[in-house]
Amino acid sequence: MVVRKVKEFIIEKLILICGIASIFFVLLIFLFLAKEGLAVFKIVSPSSFLGGKSWYPISEPPQLGILPLILGSAIVTLGAAVISVPIGVGCAIYIAEIAPLKIKEVLKAGIELLAAIPSVVLGFIGMVTLVPMVKNVFHLPTGLTALSGSIMLAFMAMPTIVSIAEDALYSVPKTYKEGAFALGATHWQTIWRVMLPAASSGILAAVMLGIGRVIGETMAVMMITGNSAVIPQSILVPVRTLTATIAAEMGEAVVGSEHYFALFAIGIVLFVISFAINVTADLFLHKRQ
Amino acid sequence: MPKIQTNGLGLWYGGFHALKNVNAGFEANKITAIIGPSGCGKSTLLRVFNRMNDLIEGVRIEGDVLIDGSNIFDMRTDLVTLREKVGMVFQRPNPFPLSIYENIVFGVRVHNGRVKRDKLDEAVEQSLKSVLLWDELKDRLDKPALRLSLEQKQRLCIARLIAVRPDVLLMDEPCSTLDPQATARIEELMRELKASYTIIIVTHNMQQAARVSDDTGFMLLGELIEFGRTEAIFTAPRDKRTEDYITGRYG
Repeated sequence: MVVRKVKEFIIEKLILICGIASIFFVLLIFLFLAKEGLAVFKIVSPSSFLGGKSWYPISEPPQLGILPLILGSAIVTLGAAVISVPIGVGCAIYIAEIAPLKIKEVLKAGIELLAAIPSVVLGFIGMVTLVPMVKNVFHLPTGLTALSGSIMLAFMAMPTIVSIAEDALYSVPKTYKEGAFALGATHWQTIWRVMLPAASSGILAAVMLGIGRVIGETMAVMMITGNSAVIPQSILVPVRTLTATIAAEMGEAVVGSEHYFALFAIGIVLFVISFAINVTADLFLHKRQ
Repeated sequence: MPKIQTNGLGLWYGGFHALKNVNAGFEANKITAIIGPSGCGKSTLLRVFNRMNDLIEGVRIEGDVLIDGSNIFDMRTDLVTLREKVGMVFQRPNPFPLSIYENIVFGVRVHNGRVKRDKLDEAVEQSLKSVLLWDELKDRLDKPALRLSLEQKQRLCIARLIAVRPDVLLMDEPCSTLDPQATARIEELMRELKASYTIIIVTHNMQQAARVSDDTGFMLLGELIEFGRTEAIFTAPRDKRTEDYITGRYG
């Protein structure tokens, strides 16, 4: 009896430690990020860091304005959203409502496969196929542009958007559909006027999570957006995103330098953006229930 | 001539024979009740009239159903037009997750495309008045329909149908989720609507059939056992099985 109780006690505590550990590590990471990142504000003010138009971290004195990087991330993300949201939601509607069972299975497997492609592989494929294509179609000096990044990232956001939106449509009560059909609505009228409004919060959550995926993506964007830290005037110029900046420059930044602190501060900005997006998506998902 | 006439109507769900040779006439401006134990095919029969069974895979139908003399299984019958004429109220009230106003104008929009705002307003007012909801709801038409009480939801679903101006109202156990007072009020509403519509109601509740209907059909295992005037069915049933059911020997 006693042995059994002791065993039970130990196992319970072990599981408790596992639970606490995950929170503890997140907290540690966050603290480290804050400690290293906030140090940059001893050198530049938050407004000139966020609003500064030039990013020359190794010039003397360093110019640490990340506005070009924020705008770079924004334009790539916006472009990806414009491409992936209509296609993703359309695909979700097709899978949830229209596709015959067999096609549905094939499509769902295909979407999962798309999610399984490592981003560096997608980036590589994009570099040798998409980049020359963008260059030729728009007669540009280089195909390494925000547009190429947007198209590539749209593919990455699609699986998230499709699977969550499809789930949202699938969980719309069948009685709504019956009611609409019984009133003489066609299939499309039913989808457009009843199913989509009923699933709207889930679909919005799907879009938010897809965008979250795009903002955080690093490898593929670094490979195909051209990495030039200037404020983009159009979607057809090279840009540099927040993520690509950290990945590309962390290796060469001297530990403890302004550059090093600035990269951590970019990390904080990214963290805040992703956190805000996830919280918004969560709010939408909970509204659904 | 009856509004709806079935001739030799049979229906299979795959290999299951759900309706067997149903012959009946449903009169205009009357309430016809269909009673019978669970699984006897009464809801299936009701769903033949607006072809809701088309949604189910593997359904096969034989025989005719004539509404105003034309066969609804005819290739020329357009489902949209059929359902404009034959509306249905479901067991669980199923308003759409939209505003009260949008719920009512849904059908109007579906059948008429773009409609002027004042026409829509008029349709909303008229149909809510005819289900006696107008005074309660006129000041909060933009509120979500899902916040209404169950009885209000069911009335709203009836109003939503009436806005489309159908001829026939099919009601599939419309009161089964309601309390006795609400049930009595919906039944009162049915009596009022009878003047303008052909109403067919499927019900589990024999007292309800006896209270509201003019004609009654009794079904068992997919067969229409007996069909006739409600008083006749309940006071002097001709078939032994009908008598057993209405006296509560099974069901």
